[in-house]
Amino acid sequence: MSFWEYANPRKFLTTSERVLPLVWGLAAITTLVGLVWGFFFTPDDFRMGSTVKIIFLHVPSALMAINAWFMMLLASIIWIVRRHHVSALAAKAAAPVGAIMTVIALVTGAIWGQPMWGTWWEWDPRLTSFLVLFLFYLGYIALWEAIEDPDTAADLTSILCLVGSVFAVLSRYAVLFWNQGLHQGASLSLDKEENIADVFSNPLYVCMVGFALLFLALVLYRTGTEIRLRRMKALIARERLEG
Amino acid sequence: MIALLYRDLQLAFRAGGGFGLGLAFFLIVVVLVPFAVGPQSELLARIAPGVLWIGALLACLLSLDRVLALDWEDGSLDLLATAPLPLEAIVTMKSCAHWITTALPLVVISPLLGVLLHLPGGGYLWLVISLLLGTPALSVIGTFGAALTVGLKRGGLLLSLLVLPLYVPTLIFGAEVARRGAAGLAVETPLLMLAGISAASLAVLPFASAAVLRINLR
Repeated sequence: MSFWEYANPRKFLTTSERVLPLVWGLAAITTLVGLVWGFFFTPDDFRMGSTVKIIFLHVPSALMAINAWFMMLLASIIWIVRRHHVSALAAKAAAPVGAIMTVIALVTGAIWGQPMWGTWWEWDPRLTSFLVLFLFYLGYIALWEAIEDPDTAADLTSILCLVGSVFAVLSRYAVLFWNQGLHQGASLSLDKEENIADVFSNPLYVCMVGFALLFLALVLYRTGTEIRLRRMKALIARERLEG
Repeated sequence: MIALLYRDLQLAFRAGGGFGLGLAFFLIVVVLVPFAVGPQSELLARIAPGVLWIGALLACLLSLDRVLALDWEDGSLDLLATAPLPLEAIVTMKSCAHWITTALPLVVISPLLGVLLHLPGGGYLWLVISLLLGTPALSVIGTFGAALTVGLKRGGLLLSLLVLPLYVPTLIFGAEVARRGAAGLAVETPLLMLAGISAASLAVLPFASAAVLRINLR
């Protein structure tokens, strides 16, 4: 039993079909529990009031926006090295999800920033690098859409993903240099003495797990769709040959 | 390699159009800015380094689709790919040709356009140096983008969507050097970062471009 078994599309489909309801269910439950807990059963912050609660959407989506790109990078490398089609399709399937997560993070951040910082948008390093990340997602998706031959598209986008990763990291540090920030530092980290209070962090953890599961479910589902789409195209092509 | 560079340069100079177009575009962008933001000289002086960098960057971008597309259309790219020269070297020479025909003229006339925008006296030297150091990165990154989109019918718009995010770090450090130079501040740190980005792009990206081109020529 090895991980590479799932490079076989049929194996991937049967397993993901069996796992998907479970993942969907768990994702729904944890996300709902986390959000309800966060929205209705936490106290208002003494400085920020109830606006603090947007953190339960903002932080998990930002987390998944970055991790989605990492997942795409990993899948692209696997495609380049081992040429498993499922891997390339998984990267393709993850891109729009990651882009949407980026938008959620940006929009919730803006909604929170308006009453707190007094501005919808600030050219702060974190905000700016997220916007740049969004542009990278757009370019990646557009390249997939533009190329007809699926193998060429997979090759080109995976190389773009590799190069883009380097430049995304570079941009991250470049904007840090370019402007000092308004965004607060990490409020959750393993090696820090002072984190946010447990009342907030516990539902936040639940939300983060929920978003991760949601991402997993969406990517599995979308990868399955892509595989079927590929099969359908092959069938149509075969029919045309025979007919 | 030299012969290839020479050929590309000759083509660019003689075929007309492409060579002067980037310069004209740069000029027009810089002329349009005062119309958009108003003619106050102190405002223009403050934004001049950024405007000149954006103008140069867009002018570079505009000419990118000519780097490989013409050779792709008439099939000479296939010939070059089967030539004894490694594809990496060919791509590097293509970037060099793009840099010499597009970026170098931009660098040369940028002080002139700086005068139009009331660039402060100390800024000219650093503007030219920052453009000189930064534009190679723009050319090399752009060649990578051109290689990605070379087989596409309407690659132009996609090319800008792909290349512009990659231009972000270069633009940040380049414009920072020019801005600090104009304000009379120390420019060392961003200058070194800019040079580093250019050197790293020059060293690594031709391999990525060649890999992409191989896929496209398959």
